[in-house]
Amino acid sequence: MVVSTWTLQQEGLGFKSSLSCLSCSLHVLSVSLWVPSEYSGFHPKKWIGWSKCGSGLLLTSQFTKTRVVAMSGQSSGGGFLMSVVVHGDSALNEQEKELNQRLRRLYPAVNENETPLPRSWSPKDKFSYIGLSQNNLRVHYKGHGKTPKDAASVRATHPIPAACGVYYFEVKIISKGRDGYMGIGLSAQGVNMNRLPGWDKHSYGYHGDDGHSFCSSGTGQPYGPTFTTGDVIGCCVNLINNTCFYTKNGHSLGIAFTDLPPNLYPTVGLQTPGEVVDANFGQHPFVFDIEDYMREWRTKIQAQIDRFPIGEREGEWQSMIQKMVASYLVHHSYCATAEAFAKSTDQAVHEELASIKNRQKIQKLVLSGRMGEAIETTQQLYPNLLERNPDLLFMLKVRQFIEMVNGTDSEVRCLGGRSPKSQDSYPGSPRPFSSPSHKASSSQPYLTGTVQHYSHHSQCENFTYLWGEKRQEANKRGNFFLSSPDLSTNIHQLTDTISTPMFESFLVSSLSNDVDMEVDHFTNGVTESSSNGFLNGTSKHTTEPDDCDVESAQSKRQLCGGSQAAIERMIHFGRELQSMSEHLRRECGKNSANKKMLKDAFSLLAYSDPWNSPVGYQLDAIQREPVCSTLNSAILETHNLPKQPPLAQAVGQAAQCLAMMARTGSGSCAFASVDDYLH
Amino acid sequence: SVKKLLKAPAVEPEVTATSRHYVDRLFDPDPQKVLQGVIDMKNAVIGNNKQKANLIVLGAVPRLLYLLQQSSSSMELRTECAVVLGSLAMGTENNIKSLVDCHIIPALLQGLLSSDLIFIEACLRCLRTVFISPVTPVQLLYTDPTVIPHLMSLLSNSLRTQEYITQIFSHCCKTPEHQTILFNHGAIQNIAPLLISPSYKVRMQALKCFSVLAYENTQVSMTLVNVLVDGELLTQVFVKMMQRDQPIEMQLTAAKCLTYMCRASAIRTDDSCIVLKTLPCLVRMCSKEHLLEERVEGAETLAYLMEPDVELQRIASTTDHLVAMLADYFKYPSSVSAITDIKRLDHDLKHAHELRQAAFKLYASLGSNDEDIRKKITETENMMDRIVSGLSESSIKVRLAAVRCLHSLSRSVQQLRTSFHDHAVWKPLMKLLQNAPDEVLVMASSTLCNLLLEFSPSKEPILESGVIELLCSLTQSDSPALRVNGIWALMNMAFQADQKVKVEIVRCLGTEQLFRLLSDPDTNVLMKTLGLLRNLLSTRPHIDQIMSSHGKQIMQAVTLILEAEHSIEVKEQTLCILANIADGNTAKDLIMTNDDMLQKIKYYMGHSNVKLQLAATFCVSNLIWNEEDGSQERQDKLREMGFVDILHKLTQSSDPNLSDRAKTALQQYLA
Repeated sequence: MVVSTWTLQQEGLGFKSSLSCLSCSLHVLSVSLWVPSEYSGFHPKKWIGWSKCGSGLLLTSQFTKTRVVAMSGQSSGGGFLMSVVVHGDSALNEQEKELNQRLRRLYPAVNENETPLPRSWSPKDKFSYIGLSQNNLRVHYKGHGKTPKDAASVRATHPIPAACGVYYFEVKIISKGRDGYMGIGLSAQGVNMNRLPGWDKHSYGYHGDDGHSFCSSGTGQPYGPTFTTGDVIGCCVNLINNTCFYTKNGHSLGIAFTDLPPNLYPTVGLQTPGEVVDANFGQHPFVFDIEDYMREWRTKIQAQIDRFPIGEREGEWQSMIQKMVASYLVHHSYCATAEAFAKSTDQAVHEELASIKNRQKIQKLVLSGRMGEAIETTQQLYPNLLERNPDLLFMLKVRQFIEMVNGTDSEVRCLGGRSPKSQDSYPGSPRPFSSPSHKASSSQPYLTGTVQHYSHHSQCENFTYLWGEKRQEANKRGNFFLSSPDLSTNIHQLTDTISTPMFESFLVSSLSNDVDMEVDHFTNGVTESSSNGFLNGTSKHTTEPDDCDVESAQSKRQLCGGSQAAIERMIHFGRELQSMSEHLRRECGKNSANKKMLKDAFSLLAYSDPWNSPVGYQLDAIQREPVCSTLNSAILETHNLPKQPPLAQAVGQAAQCLAMMARTGSGSCAFASVDDYLH
Repeated sequence: SVKKLLKAPAVEPEVTATSRHYVDRLFDPDPQKVLQGVIDMKNAVIGNNKQKANLIVLGAVPRLLYLLQQSSSSMELRTECAVVLGSLAMGTENNIKSLVDCHIIPALLQGLLSSDLIFIEACLRCLRTVFISPVTPVQLLYTDPTVIPHLMSLLSNSLRTQEYITQIFSHCCKTPEHQTILFNHGAIQNIAPLLISPSYKVRMQALKCFSVLAYENTQVSMTLVNVLVDGELLTQVFVKMMQRDQPIEMQLTAAKCLTYMCRASAIRTDDSCIVLKTLPCLVRMCSKEHLLEERVEGAETLAYLMEPDVELQRIASTTDHLVAMLADYFKYPSSVSAITDIKRLDHDLKHAHELRQAAFKLYASLGSNDEDIRKKITETENMMDRIVSGLSESSIKVRLAAVRCLHSLSRSVQQLRTSFHDHAVWKPLMKLLQNAPDEVLVMASSTLCNLLLEFSPSKEPILESGVIELLCSLTQSDSPALRVNGIWALMNMAFQADQKVKVEIVRCLGTEQLFRLLSDPDTNVLMKTLGLLRNLLSTRPHIDQIMSSHGKQIMQAVTLILEAEHSIEVKEQTLCILANIADGNTAKDLIMTNDDMLQKIKYYMGHSNVKLQLAATFCVSNLIWNEEDGSQERQDKLREMGFVDILHKLTQSSDPNLSDRAKTALQQYLA
């Protein structure tokens, strides 16, 4: 899924797509997407919001105040119904923002790409006697309501994902109508909608008129009090023990159902005229303190993990841990530490010290952005390595190009550009566990295999360190832009000599900052965020002007360090890279990852201020890490050493295991985040 | 354990010998050797109760105390002595008794004046162990008035002093006086910051302190609501401690604090911290997943919290199936535990009574106001059977709680008519009344009052079981509550009763006792006695019969009450009795021949209180009623006395009842 969204971004960027082009590609996304809608408007045009609303996709622009609602089919394929609503509803926007924030806080383990959360009632999955309004949150009855045969239900847009662990929604009774036969509950897909929840197999409900619970049966059991106009009824599904309880006005009524099947949808049913209920899937604070309930279960699950019995044999556990730690240290070339650790724990190191030191040297170069030197050193120390591995070499070169733009690569630095200290002040040691970024690392096969998420995490404050190496603020950045007026002219001149269409297009676009670019930029943002369900709320702002105050403290950042010669060298290098790419394609066939990588790198030139552009994350020092890690793994592989340390593998396995639990309906995965255990 | 018993005699002399050696070394002239001796003793007694007992018997304690108090002893030695004493205190209750008998408490309290923190901590630790034992008289903490302020000042010294001192406070605060002493010495200000201590133990003990300080104490509770801890209101701190990821002990104790503050009127019962936090937390504590002790405490605290508030009772009754959940409290020891696990059986047995009484208490509280809840309770599986068997359990606590529960349910007319009768609850209730402590009697007799209500089908069988005598004896009790209940039950019994029953009541109670009750210092007793009289004096034949035999005394009593200082309600009730007397055939004469009484009636007709006017007018109306013999003379006499003028005036009354009554009376003259 992530890969496909990425493709979309590429296409959007490459074709300078218009809105229609964007929406054409949207069907690829059957996922809900999220971007915080908080931008400040330095940019001439900025999209301030993008979120999924019902089955439609909502797109909001701050500049035009136009909301574009693209209605899509449930899952994929279908054509798009587009309607333009003038005057964006800011209150609605606020509500969506709140909804998204609350859902992410409540269900951080849910990957909405795979399993979107219910956000409203489905206009498609309801009986005809049901009317929906107010953003598909309000349900009213519009049938005759004469007999139970006139009962009608509606399901939410999506089933409850198991990775919620504990799921909760509330329904407020706006009016009990004629007889107050409201039923609130859950049902599986396909259950007859001409019924109240609870009457059929795989359907469960709590009814207002008698307070009974209906467990897949036409006859109810005495359960709780009756409910009527003004009451707020909550329904909580515990996906760990597969039970359900209801709440009335914030008070838990006790377990109603046990042994619930998976993939149930929130459901309400009405039966007599005048009955109206409003759902709250997280749009507003809940009356019941569901977070307190979740805390209890989090504690329970964590206690279970803590108490899990480990091997009985004396010392076995300890020596295994020691081995893992030692191999980790060696892998990441912490020579001295590895030596000391091995000595004190009485272990053998399986790699020569010199070899470790070599790797350390190369890693230091990569991490400080001196890619040219890094490539050279690798070629010296490990001849044939890059030759046999053209994709790796290509990756390194692309990174070198990025570092050139950054002004950090050795080749442009020696051309007299400013030496931006702030950028190469990267600590000598790699930080492969600097979660949460490692989740998205391409070099670690247990992960999703995309690189583009880095920009999100670059400013997260809560990094975890395995060995306490403090990550220095390598990514502190100011507001940078092309300051010299003649530079653009210069680039313009250069374009004459450039023959490669892709590279040229970016150079051109850097001069004509046209509207369509914004769409690409936007797509980019969407993709980044959608691929990752657990971003924290501030992450998207990394490229936003919240760094303004830094600006005054730092000198303005300039393309390639501001040197004319360096820019020429960069452009030349870009051309080389382009031809290398073509060569590679001829030799080895198409490689979409490579293509994507190159486009991303080149698109830096499409912006007047690459650092503050949507693709500016690439310039972040933290992006050197996956490159560094991939190179390191490749070197280790040639020595027949594991390309991943067992420790990282264990972490990866744990993460993979959680993902699998989510897919197979084990709700406890919600409360066992791997990050919680990486201190 | 059998093996141990056999082995013990063989080993004992040896142990005693080594023990003696330890004690002997305490008397060595070389202080260094003494110190080593104490340290060796410390290592020898850890976890060894036998050794501890031996050392105590051999007189180690006075010597250790001597060394501890001696200023010539090194600080190290004094500290080690305190540690050993603390270790000895960890043994059996007998150990604690011996230590207390050796005056360990004043010696250790004296030690707290030292400037050495390690020594102070050792003393406090030992004091803590001694004071938390149930055999130590808590009063010993308060004998020296300088102790509490000094302990307060030590609170800031270390996490350990905080933990030990707060633990001592929470165990030694048993009476309102203790609460006041601690409060006056700044307990709240000194302990509040400890609620956010980094140490869990300190937080927990501080929290316990607040729960014992606030219990039934308005002054403390009112102060607590305004206390800020690190900028946060104390109630909010307590609410956070009730979060569901906190340890159960902490949740429960925080809920207790808020409950006590609420019952002391410092927090409203509709405050969200009570309704949405404390109440649900306490309901959770009753659930099966918790320890038996926690479930007992949770249920008792919840019962206490909602006792006075019907809204809380309603919410609790629908929260988490509480009513059904409580039924589980009666299932200990379970049949499973008996077979599989002796330890578990023992544990269950120990808590079975506690569980049952807690459940009864909670049911009683739940059902005290709302008819629907009562119905729900009685419909719980085997509920009435459980109450019936609870009434005759050996444990007084269970009996009391069961009768409380029964009393609460007996407020329901429907239940009196149905389940109470079906299960013949009156039988065990009567049995309970025969020979029970006062607190049980109060509850049981209250319940009996309800069972004797006229519509209760249990009334007849109870009457036949000789209840009158029992109730009459209750009216002679020293306890006002029992006197009220006794006379109340008699009153209910006399309501619309047969002549036979009424005569039996009067005979059994005796006029002397009746008049004693009419001068009872307790207004409730007086009111119910008047009520009884009123019920006795209803229907004409009964009135004449009773008045013919006891007329003189009754008239005397009525005169006395009308002349004395009494509430409007009492006087109204008395005038009603007079009106009943005036309704008799022959009894009328007792009033008509008593000019003084007529003057009194006249006076009350002109009283400022409408109720009294109405009752007095009733009386006159009955006296002049036309169809009866001699009505003409009575009318004439009363006209002469000026009653007609007053009646005329009363017809103008703004109160419609009164003017109607006066008009009806005047019509008697027209006929």
